[in-house]
Parts: sequence; C-alpha cells; structure tokens
Amino acid sequence: MTDVAAIAEAFWRGSLGTSSALLSGTLVRAVPLIIVGVAVAIAFRGGVFNIGGEGQLLLGAVAATVVGLHVPAGLGLAGVLLALVAAATAGGIWAAIAAVLRARFGVLEVISTIMLNFVALSLVSWLVRGPMQEPTHVYPQTSALPEPLRLPLLVPGTRLHAGFLIAIATSALAWLVVSRTAAGFRLRATGESPTAASAAGGVNVAKTSAWALVVSGALAGVAGGIEITGVTFALYENLSPGYGFAAIAVAILARLHPLTVLGTGLLFAVFETGALGMQRDAGVPSVVASVLEAAAILIVIGFSGARISLQRRRSLPGAGPSTESARQ
Amino acid sequence: MIDVAPFLEAAVRTATPLLIAAIGESVSERAGVINIGLEGCIIAGAYAAFAAAGMPETGPVAGYCAAALAGVAVGSVLAVLSVVLRRDQIIVGTALTMLALGVTGTLFRARGSASALVFDAGSVVRVPVLSEIPVIGRALFAQPAITYLAVACVPAVWWILYRTQVGLALRAVGESPSAARSAGVRPRLVQSLAVLFGSAMGGIAGGALVLAQAGTFAEGMSAGRGFLAIAVVALGRWRPAGVLLASVVFGGAMALQFVVQALGWRVRYELVLMIPYVLTLVALGAFGRGNAPAYLARVDAGD
Repeated sequence: MTDVAAIAEAFWRGSLGTSSALLSGTLVRAVPLIIVGVAVAIAFRGGVFNIGGEGQLLLGAVAATVVGLHVPAGLGLAGVLLALVAAATAGGIWAAIAAVLRARFGVLEVISTIMLNFVALSLVSWLVRGPMQEPTHVYPQTSALPEPLRLPLLVPGTRLHAGFLIAIATSALAWLVVSRTAAGFRLRATGESPTAASAAGGVNVAKTSAWALVVSGALAGVAGGIEITGVTFALYENLSPGYGFAAIAVAILARLHPLTVLGTGLLFAVFETGALGMQRDAGVPSVVASVLEAAAILIVIGFSGARISLQRRRSLPGAGPSTESARQ
Repeated sequence: MIDVAPFLEAAVRTATPLLIAAIGESVSERAGVINIGLEGCIIAGAYAAFAAAGMPETGPVAGYCAAALAGVAVGSVLAVLSVVLRRDQIIVGTALTMLALGVTGTLFRARGSASALVFDAGSVVRVPVLSEIPVIGRALFAQPAITYLAVACVPAVWWILYRTQVGLALRAVGESPSAARSAGVRPRLVQSLAVLFGSAMGGIAGGALVLAQAGTFAEGMSAGRGFLAIAVVALGRWRPAGVLLASVVFGGAMALQFVVQALGWRVRYELVLMIPYVLTLVALGAFGRGNAPAYLARVDAGD
C-alpha cells in the first residue's frame, strides 16, 4: 500500500501538486496537446483521419528553427510571428502531400500520413547531424534561437509561455469556424454524409476534405513552431514525445469538439507530467501514459456507439478516393 | 563491381516479417476488415517472442507460439469492437497500435537489467547444392526456417482463398456481406476468424523480427512494418502472389541500409532510412489502386 501511496504522490507532485509542476510542466505540456488535438478534431470532422500530426509538427519545428536562426534578432515578436507562419506553412505542405495522394490517387490517408511521420523523423535526424547542426558539430541539435526571437513568458520565473494563449485562441477560433461559418458547415456536412453534402448542399466534397487535411497539418505545424520558440529553442530529435498520437486521444475524448479539446488536452497533460513524475520519483516507466491514452480511445469508442466514425464517408461510392471508389 | 549476393540475402531476410504480416493482413482485408492495429500485433509478438526466448528450456517454436498468441490478444480487441460492435476499424486499430507500443514499452523497461538479453538469430537452414548457386543461392536457399514457412504460406493462402468453400465465403463477405448472408454464410464469424488469423500472423511476424533478425527486443522495433505491410497488401492487389512480390521489393528497400553501411557510401544513413517510406508513398500513388474488396473498412456489414 505504501507503494501505491508513493506512486500516487509522485504522480501528484509531477502534475499538479506544486505551482512549478503546474505552471512549468503541465500547462506547458498542454499547449501542443490542445493545438494538435484541435487539428485532429478538424480533420476528423471532415471525415479525414490525420494520424500524421507528429510529422506535421516536426516539419513546423524545422521551419520555425530555420526562420528563427536566420532572421535578424532585432525583429523580436515580429520574428516569432514569422517563425510561426513558416511553421504553419511547412505543416500544411507536409499534410498536403497526403491530401493530394488521397484526392488524386486514392491513397488511404492513414497510410500516407504515417509514412510521412517516419520520413519527417529521419529528416530531422539528418538535419541536426548534417546541414543544420550547431557550429561545434558535437551535439545532434541546432544552435539555440536568440533571446528576442523566443515567445514571451506569461509568468516570470516559470516556463509558461505565450503559446498557452495561442492554444486557447486556436480552440475558440476552431469552434467558431466549425460551428458558425459556411466553411465549417461544408466541413461538417462532408464528414456526416458526403453524398448529401454533394447532392443537396452543392459541396465540393473532395476539395473540402483535402483542405481539412491541409488546415489540420498547418495547425500541427504551428504547435511544432511553438515548441521551438517557447520551450526547446533548438531543433533536435525526440523533440516531440508523441504529441501527434496523444492528440488523437485528446480529440476523440473531446468527441471532436474544439472547445472540449481544451479540457481533454489539459487532462492528458496531467497524465503525462504525472507519469513523468512517477518515473522520476517512483521508478514507474512513463510510457504508461500512452497506455492510458490508447485505453481512453478504446473506452470512448466502445461506449459512444458508432457516432465517432469516418466510415459513412468512406462507404459511399464516388464520395472521394475511398478504397472502393478507387477501383474504378 | 558491387557484390549483390549479400544484399539479396539481406533483402530476403528483411522481407520475411513483412511477408508474414502482409499475407495475414490480405486475408483479413479480403474479409472486409482493415487491421490498422497490425503494427501493434507485430510489436506484441516481438515482445512475447523475446520474453519467451529469455526463459530457459524454450526453443524457437515456443517463441513463435507466444508471438502468435500475443498477436491474437491484440486482434481479439479489434474483432470485438469493430466486427461484433461495428466500431470504426481505423480508430480502433490506431488505438490498438498505440496501446501495444505502450504496453510492450512499459513491460520492457520494467525488466530493468534483464532487458539486455541477446540471443543468436543467425541460424539458417542451408539447402545442399542449391545454396551454392552463385549470386542468388544464399538469398534463396540459406535462410532461417521461418522464411521458408513464410514463402510456403503464399501458395497455401492462395489455395484456401480461391479453391475452397472457406475461401469463397471469406471473399464473398468482403465483397458483399448481405449476399454472403443470403447464401448461408455468417459474416461476423468469418470476419472475426479472418481478423484473428491476420493478427496471429502479425504476431508471428514480430516473432520473426526478434528470433530470426534482430536477436533482441527494442522499444518500437516494429518501426512501421505493420503499416508497410498494409501498403504491401494494396500494392500486391490483395492477391497472394502480388503480396509476395511487393514484400520482396520492400525488403530490398529496407535492406539498403545495411548495404550502404557495408559499402561506406557517402550517403547519410538517416536519408537511407527514409527510402522504404518514401517508396511506399510513391508506389501507392502509382499502383495502389484496383481490386480492393468492395466492403473493406465499412461499418455496415450488410445487416
């Protein structure tokens, strides 16, 4: 029993128990989970299964690093903004590869986005050992961004950076767009029933789902840019401990609702920092967090009926490059 | 002049787990179920084989049995959630892959120092005379026993799919469950069995990775092979012979990393590692269409 108490205490200390764990750990960790969670939710809403968040995030990180190391430091916040725009562009382009493969050639986005994750991982490994390595050529990482090109801190003395506000804004904005605009309507219609969207709503289904994937990738890219400008300040391997995959759990637990993603993102951040605390203080391997995340998906899917499903989309002939329409 | 014999030998050896997983997956997909959790089956099988091989008095057969069981354990969740309860196959499969990667990682780290176990994975079965043929001899006739079994699976699965009642029922379920039902076939039973077969093969593929290739376990050592196998099935047009051909091509792409290391080419290792994944994207774009089972990945099983 003392063991269980010690593990629980380690979890508490690591996640919420102290103000530094909360502000410098959990809230910082929640930022990429929320933003990529919103990204995944948007793609899902449009009937596209983006499991490439990890790769898109890495490409965003690469782009933000390139910009951060090359623009004059005097730009300050404008330079940070530029880095984040570059990150969004890179993430969007990375996702666009999968979007084009799907729209033109009927390649299942599940496979293509996963493949692009592996390519992105190798790409980062190569960059930090080759063309982008820091000048002394000792460590597999880039130089650090100059001080003025980093996201400002929200609470001095902690690691909580302005990216947290970006995460909240992303989630609110995504909710507005999805539920209150014509583009959001087209997205939801495409996800719910592509034939109805196409026949009754005059929606260009193929175009809508392609854009859903690209926007999703751009958001994941921003999350990568925020990690660089707000947390790590340099590019290296293992920059992301699987945010792209955890985000799938975040989105599904939120039932694909962008505002709810705020809550589930925070919850999973608590899981992850708590698990790290357990590893540090109680010797419990931190990968248990990914077990929790996967179990959460299965439980939600198991109990939610067929509501969260992409297959209505896939099952309709002519609705896009589904496996069966690809036969023609 | 580059000696291609070692490369061919490595290509066939590397292709083996891919072929086993892909043959199993093609059966599952022919019944209409895509197993995105295949990656999870492979890593679970790899860990089970590793754990079993670490115990005294166990031979490779016990290792492969443990691997198959671990694959089935993962696949049974897919069978219950996606075949019986009709939940989204892709979401469930993705979660299963994450779950298996997490569970095996946790178990492996919990072993502590016992995780340093390494055993001999180099034993091969040499066919006399034939293995002496220049260039292709060793690639085709001096391989681990599991490679011969994997290749033997190709005609066996072909025969079952195209020449037996069971195979006809299975293909019918994948094309039109309602028609199959009218003909007296039970679609969910057939799909469940197909999924379990596919996941057992996935587990065995993981076992082969440990017992006939790496000689040890590493976290995430499946390295996307499950997803590559799913791509291989599409590239092989859901036919056993096509799957065999596509597996060998991808085995070759993965084996390139050994060749580049051995030859000391001035190509960055990290870039060579990308080749199989880039090749998958290009190949799927170019040839990945046609012949997919009509009901693949659908929730409404015609009932």
